[in-house]
Amino acid sequence: MSMVKLVNVRKSFGNLEVLKGVNLEVSQGEVVCIIGASGSGKSTMLRCLNQLERISEGEIYIEDVLSDKRANNKDLMKIDPVTVQSLCTELGMVFQNFNLFPHLTVIDNVTIAPLIVKKIDKKIAETRALDLLSMVGLSEKKDEYPSRLSGGQQQRVAIARALAMDPKIMMFDEPTSALDPELVGEVLATMRHLAEKGMTMLIVTHEIGFAREVADRVIFMDGGVICEEGTPEEVLLNPKEERTKSFLNKIL
Amino acid sequence: MLNETQLWAIFDGTIVTLEIAIVAIIFGAVFGVVVALGRLSKSKTANALSWFYIWFFRGTPMLLQLFIIYYAIPIIYLDATGATFTVDPMIAAFVAFSLNATAYLAEIIRAAIESIDGGQMEASKALGMSYRQAMTKIIIPQTYKRLVAPLGNELIMLLKDTSLVSTIALFDLLRTTKTMASATGSWIYYIYAAAIYLFLTTIIQVVFDIMEKKLGIYER
Repeated sequence: MSMVKLVNVRKSFGNLEVLKGVNLEVSQGEVVCIIGASGSGKSTMLRCLNQLERISEGEIYIEDVLSDKRANNKDLMKIDPVTVQSLCTELGMVFQNFNLFPHLTVIDNVTIAPLIVKKIDKKIAETRALDLLSMVGLSEKKDEYPSRLSGGQQQRVAIARALAMDPKIMMFDEPTSALDPELVGEVLATMRHLAEKGMTMLIVTHEIGFAREVADRVIFMDGGVICEEGTPEEVLLNPKEERTKSFLNKIL
Repeated sequence: MLNETQLWAIFDGTIVTLEIAIVAIIFGAVFGVVVALGRLSKSKTANALSWFYIWFFRGTPMLLQLFIIYYAIPIIYLDATGATFTVDPMIAAFVAFSLNATAYLAEIIRAAIESIDGGQMEASKALGMSYRQAMTKIIIPQTYKRLVAPLGNELIMLLKDTSLVSTIALFDLLRTTKTMASATGSWIYYIYAAAIYLFLTTIIQVVFDIMEKKLGIYER
């Protein structure tokens, strides 16, 4: 079963075409790292999957169910909004800037979506949240406000918050780019742990070492298309495409 | 000095002043949220209605709005139906001040909502929240601290602007003291009025300062 599938996905912002026909299929338990220069469409691709951005053209399937089908920026078929919402919550998302809710304590950040979206019992939500917080190593911070945490801790809370909705796929949009170098390790360790537990993951990252270590597949994007893909060894160590080589030369 | 009758008259005047200001700030805050959401809405109709509302009530004098509600509406009603209809001056004041405060507060609330980082809405949506859930649970609660200062400002302005109601046969604090001053030829009543206004605005200032500190507790 494929967890997510993009078929000829295009996305334009006004006259600027950011995605120029992307095809991608991710299977269950697969860890896919997406690399590429800024502006190559990596983040936009993730944001289209959970409909933070609507695609201009193409089809998106989540767990083999059609979640979006559009052409010329218009819906080609009416998909029930409840279905769309439940498909999109199969995708958890972690942002570059954490985007924790500053007015809520750590535990409330983790429980709020299960409470108001899934309407589950408060006791159950809190037990689950504490489990997740201890998994990311922050259960003792549960009553703190996000502003009292370091960037690395905030990002780990953000991971717990996304996991609280029990997503089948986790998407990470440059999760360590806003962090001080000494805090990157703790976030990567959490992500590594998730990968080991079999989570399907889509990771936009500039951490080539991390990609080499945890990715099952590495995708290099350039100019709104997938330019090269393969195992970490193939793409990162022996790239075939000229553009991949020159990108890796620049960042390594 | 003040005799007992005068004391009670001034007390009653102060109550009128306070009642109008408090009713207006409460209605203004509630309907202000509605009008602000209209301004932020993707719906063209909601947007236009809110824009028009703010345009009218900010763009015309408060005193004129008071006159329209108290004097003009009964005449319009009479012309239209032939029946007489009087507006209770206190109700007219409540309505006029509430409508006016709504316009000002709507703009304050809209600006506060727009000042919240866009990542908050994205994170809410990514977690499956609807627009309404994200607004009520995530975005609007974060505006409270930012709203306290301008809300206090608005309340102080309202409290002083209520003196306009002397034009529609209401005895508020200012009119009561002015009547006494005219009747006795003494200026001391103006000092009493100033002292009471200052006393009330000081309370507002202190209370809103405390509220601002309390609400900002999550900001380190």
